[in-house]
Amino acid sequence: MTFTREKDFGTPEAMGAAVSLTIDGQEVSVPAGTSIMRAAAMVDTAIPKLCATDSLESFGSCRLCLVEVEGRSGYPASCTTPVAPGMAVRTQSDRLRKLRRGVMELYISDHPLDCLTCGANGDCELQDMAGAVGLRDVRFGYEGENHLEGCKDESNPYFTFDPTKCIVCSRCVRACDETQGTLALTVDGRGFASGISASQDESFLSSECVSCGACVQACPTSALIEKTVIEIGTPDRAVVTTCAYCGVGCTFRAEMRGEELVRMVPWKEGKANHGHSCVKGRFAWGYAQHRDRILNPMMRGSVDEPWREVSWEAAIARVASEFRRLQKEHGARAIGGITSSRCTNEETFLVQKLVRQGFGNNNVDTCARVCHSPTGYGLKTTFGTSAGTQDFDSVRHADVILVIGANPTDGHPVFASRMKKRLREGAKLIVVDPRRIDMVRSPHIEAAFHLPLRPGTNVAVLTAMAHVIVTEGLVNETYVRERCDTDAYAEWAEFVSEPARSPEAVEDLTGVPAADLRAAARLYATGGNAAIYYGLGVTEHSQGSSTVMAIANLAMATGNVGKDGVGVNPLRGQNNVQGACDMGSFPHELSGYRHVSDSAARSLFERDWGVSLDPEPGLRIPNMLDAATDGAFKGIFIQGEDILQSDPNTTHVAAGLAAMECVVVQDLFLNETANYAHVFLPGSTFLEKDGTFTNAERRIQRVRKVMEPKNGYADWEVVQLVAHAMGLDWNYTHPSQIMDEIARLTPTFAGVNYAVLDQRGSLQWPVNAAAPEGTPTMHIDHFVRGKGNFVVTDYVPTDERTGPRFPLLLTTGRILSQYNVGAQTRRTANVEWHEEDRLEIHPHDAENRGIRDGNWVSLRSRAGETTLRAKITDRVAPGVVYTTFHHPDTQANVITTDFSDWATNCPEYKVTAVQVMPSNGPSDWQRSYRAQAEASRRIEPAEPAE
Amino acid sequence: MTRVFVSRDMASVALGADDLAQAFARAGCEVVRTGGRGLFAIEPLVEVETSEGRIAYGPVGPRDAAAVLDGTHANRVGVTAEHPFFARQQRFTFARCGVIDPLSLADYAEHGGWKGLEAAFRLSPQEVVDAVKASGLRGRGGAGFPTGIKWQTVRDAEADEKFIVCNADEGDSGTFADRMLMEGDPYCLIEGMAIAGHAVGAGHGYIYIRSEYPFAVRTMRDAVARSAGRIAPFTLEVRVGAGAYVCGEETALLDSIEGKRGQVRAKPPLPAIEGLFGKPTVINNVLSLAAVPFILSEGAEAYAEVGFGRSRGTMPVQIAGNVRNGGLCEIGFGVTLGELVNEIGGGTASGRPVRAVQVGGPLGAYFPPAMFHLPFDYEAFAAAGGLIGHAGITVFDDTVDMARMARFAMEFCAVESCGKCTPCRIGSTRGVELIDRIVAGAPRGAGMLEIMPQMRNARTAARTQDEEIALLRDLCDTMKFGSLCALGGFTPYPVLSALDHFPEDFGGASALPEAAE
Repeated sequence: MTFTREKDFGTPEAMGAAVSLTIDGQEVSVPAGTSIMRAAAMVDTAIPKLCATDSLESFGSCRLCLVEVEGRSGYPASCTTPVAPGMAVRTQSDRLRKLRRGVMELYISDHPLDCLTCGANGDCELQDMAGAVGLRDVRFGYEGENHLEGCKDESNPYFTFDPTKCIVCSRCVRACDETQGTLALTVDGRGFASGISASQDESFLSSECVSCGACVQACPTSALIEKTVIEIGTPDRAVVTTCAYCGVGCTFRAEMRGEELVRMVPWKEGKANHGHSCVKGRFAWGYAQHRDRILNPMMRGSVDEPWREVSWEAAIARVASEFRRLQKEHGARAIGGITSSRCTNEETFLVQKLVRQGFGNNNVDTCARVCHSPTGYGLKTTFGTSAGTQDFDSVRHADVILVIGANPTDGHPVFASRMKKRLREGAKLIVVDPRRIDMVRSPHIEAAFHLPLRPGTNVAVLTAMAHVIVTEGLVNETYVRERCDTDAYAEWAEFVSEPARSPEAVEDLTGVPAADLRAAARLYATGGNAAIYYGLGVTEHSQGSSTVMAIANLAMATGNVGKDGVGVNPLRGQNNVQGACDMGSFPHELSGYRHVSDSAARSLFERDWGVSLDPEPGLRIPNMLDAATDGAFKGIFIQGEDILQSDPNTTHVAAGLAAMECVVVQDLFLNETANYAHVFLPGSTFLEKDGTFTNAERRIQRVRKVMEPKNGYADWEVVQLVAHAMGLDWNYTHPSQIMDEIARLTPTFAGVNYAVLDQRGSLQWPVNAAAPEGTPTMHIDHFVRGKGNFVVTDYVPTDERTGPRFPLLLTTGRILSQYNVGAQTRRTANVEWHEEDRLEIHPHDAENRGIRDGNWVSLRSRAGETTLRAKITDRVAPGVVYTTFHHPDTQANVITTDFSDWATNCPEYKVTAVQVMPSNGPSDWQRSYRAQAEASRRIEPAEPAE
Repeated sequence: MTRVFVSRDMASVALGADDLAQAFARAGCEVVRTGGRGLFAIEPLVEVETSEGRIAYGPVGPRDAAAVLDGTHANRVGVTAEHPFFARQQRFTFARCGVIDPLSLADYAEHGGWKGLEAAFRLSPQEVVDAVKASGLRGRGGAGFPTGIKWQTVRDAEADEKFIVCNADEGDSGTFADRMLMEGDPYCLIEGMAIAGHAVGAGHGYIYIRSEYPFAVRTMRDAVARSAGRIAPFTLEVRVGAGAYVCGEETALLDSIEGKRGQVRAKPPLPAIEGLFGKPTVINNVLSLAAVPFILSEGAEAYAEVGFGRSRGTMPVQIAGNVRNGGLCEIGFGVTLGELVNEIGGGTASGRPVRAVQVGGPLGAYFPPAMFHLPFDYEAFAAAGGLIGHAGITVFDDTVDMARMARFAMEFCAVESCGKCTPCRIGSTRGVELIDRIVAGAPRGAGMLEIMPQMRNARTAARTQDEEIALLRDLCDTMKFGSLCALGGFTPYPVLSALDHFPEDFGGASALPEAAE
């Protein structure tokens, strides 16, 4: 693809009935509500403009886009004037040329003239417009009052703000307001003194700016510009690809100069992000070139030896021979693999294929085990599909939004912006969270209800909501009768109606005032289209699966499944966690969620792969680790997951890994798990390979290779090399062939192939004969399982309880600038916003312990102890503490226990009884771990090549 | 006990009315504080209740009480209404102003108050709108848009909520009618707003008053509280501006009430369709709304009977500047500019010949005496390259420097610009710089940058005075046709009219003819 800018229609799309008009004599038919500017752009008539761009509502300030309309006096601005039937518009005349030139003359009388050395040279709308209007003379001269003394703000690590190049078009301010919804920018002063200001005239870095990049993208000049463009120059080609951070699945144009990535610009056509981005996807891609990246395979005899760089052949041969040896000595089930939610569908599919076909067992699992496995279980049980019910666009039609156990502004920022936009339009918000997350109150947004429950009481709260809905007669009875299993409903309704489930009865337990809970339940049931969005605060509990089902029950009882604007929407964590689950990464399921005991499904694979498959489910990650400490499990292939840092009870994970004889880690960096590895295979980044990711809305999107793999191979090629070495006859030359195999073997993917993906941009599964264009909304006429299934969700308190020794409850979460274990974001300038994990503690709890803001504190649980610094805030309730888990030095998971979801083993990360005390420095574990990690990361220099 | 009447209007107080009132109270009189009568030359003014009616004395001071009370004071004006300044007036809107105690509900009712509202309640909302249409009332804020049609649009708009907003951000220098009415007869405005609410189906109204009017704010707040029961279920609240002239522009005013930066919105959507908080909104000037009770109580015909051409009814003209009889003159449209300045206004205060009159506030055109035949009428003024605006007229004698006045217009625009649109934001500052060069007779030579060898396209030859004046005309053109609102759009009126009518003041150069198109 060569470099062309995305077409800018000037104003957003309108939806009205068709209206005909003429523009410069040309007949045009456009939807009512369309601006003259957009109508003109639709027939390729470019009207000069500066303050208009089609991602923002029209503003009408630059006055370059004036046109003439027959029968109307004056010169209306084409951006703010909607079309009317029979209107005759002239976009060019002597009069208009003179007016536009007059405006441009004013702009240039207060603008630097060194275009040739400007970062935006060649990519500047002001420059383009000066050309378009034919500016030849600035009769006012260049010595009048001006803004050329302004100081450049370079505080943000990724972009600069140069006020001297600002034309005060307000596009940045409006992008911050309308697109991002942070409202960090404003115009300060008025008249000639008007200037852009971040927060209260602060630097961009210290302001409320969240560095989403919307302002930089909106800026028509180089007032706001990426530092990489200043450094490298303008791009010469662009490739559309999908972000590798979270489950929102934003698509970007990777804008390249040769083999060098200049910038990532969110793609306007992207169905998940519609041209918006966050600080991670937009800017934090520098890890791909980070010096910590391992580019050569490495081996060592034992984990206390330093690493030795070896050839690919040697590394692969060692993996194959060790795995075969272990199977020979300890049985076929002595080895297994872990697929990565960070890798593509195709790569994930190959890893599970390697396990099932090559290892001959079902010992495959994936990191969804520790995040959304309860979603898969809960939604499959109630609705029949292990996935969310809506597309993201659905939120545009929601009237009531219930956010539970999710922190969208940090975890899923681009979707949070969509949600906030809808809330600003008037939708009502209910937040169920122990912590006062930003959504509860932020500019122009205030939750109707915040139910600050005690961690671990989700089921009690949701069941109490159901109690209110059933006992107050708010059930959508027609829906339940027509769509759901009425016997199951009756049983459930009787259960939730019991007085013991009432808000009043559980108030002491949950800490949620009964009156608020009742009012919130009424709002959810009667406020129009009601949509539930949830995250790991729901799933990562001992009752994670019950909570998911309790959510599904609420949605079914109120008829909020099966149309636009409603639904049950898991906000999935990893870029491809949905895909990893879809691809058969679980030990009990083949791709498309078919149980391995299903002989029809199994035989389909057996025929295709020419082997017989084990009908018994394999081991889950915690079982693999248990089996390893028992001596029965000896070898593992881990692709792109750092289980040592991300899985609970770190000491237990470490013990399991240490007990294995061959740990193979494939990753970009020497991660924490690699401290226990014998073979390290370098991984490739999402920029270096072709494939697909599937986001939280089941949307399959293309990942496109924009540069050659720095390590030599894409990850799918490495898996194929291992397969070859283990004697498998794989012949993939391109990931599209892997997708063809997936489609062949997976009914919900039957209609997916690269040609269709390239043509349509993306597809939401199921894609098959019944839905050739995919399925944005699930369960429209009937549930996938037939009748919706109500499940009784009895509240069972977790075994993890507070007591005199551990009186506080710890819950964990994420922060905007960092991503999960931080392997990527810690290797970018994002650390400027979050250089360490901190423990949030309520002022009362802090005072009782003599802790001051910023003090080092020890955080201790039954499982372990760590230290970090305290942040005193009333965001958390008394009795609750909170931290993030982005930094290996903190090792938050040393604290978390191995309690887990009853159905899926998803760890109970969100509830740990802890004690917090002042401390002087790192815990013993931290000290010894750091020493071991340093020793374990030593690399011997490679022997010189011949 | 003798009853005397002393104004509590801000202008009267500034001239000493409070001291005067105290003096009469000390003298044992019952002092009633009223609104202002509207003729500043006779302020501070006291009126003594007698069997022949109220006899006025003014200007008088606190020491004059005895002489006033015994009828011997030299500044006896006589029956106020018979004073020549008042005799020609047709006080439809200002009938009670200066007569009654502004906050007395009894006075208001006794002087015909609430009759319009009662009449409106007897009519259907559509009939009320029809009456306002039939009266020919046009927006008194300056744009002259037919009030009834605006109301009809709001009435026809479907919404769960609608608003009435009164624009009392009277920012034009030399205007004071809104202030006088709010201080002197606040219930009249309240009644007009309640009628508007009934007509269009709005339940709540806002009165947006500039912060420079503390008396009006206090009086209106008090009046709103006292009359709440009388206008229920319609409710009102007073909002105070923060000193920005541009917030008198209706859409910036709406943004300001919404708590945002007061910046002009592009139209469409019209406020009548999407106004305050996105809801259909009637936004009218104080004088438009205050004219409505008369129209409803006396009938649309009674109002429409007076006037000229398409300008019906009366206009409270505010005469200020270098003029003998400065003050408020409510009179039917059609009176000539010359009559207003010379007959009612009594010519200049300095006694020197009138050289120019600016009509319509700081953005209005300057007219020389040669144009005094112009009838006060929206269309006639537009045709003459001017505007009526909020009907403020400012008189200048022959010592005025019209180039300075043109510069002042640009400077005013630069100071008050909200900064949203380019022609106003940058153009006004360039305009000041340009007029300074023209006045100095020093056209711009090539700048340091323009003579650099790297600059091949820049002109190095100096500009001529004619070229600079042509540039000023072009700039005015860009501002007039390119600006988003009337601030930038009308600034060219004073500049071009000064240039056209008084070319001799612009650096001695001959004014160029209007650039040929």
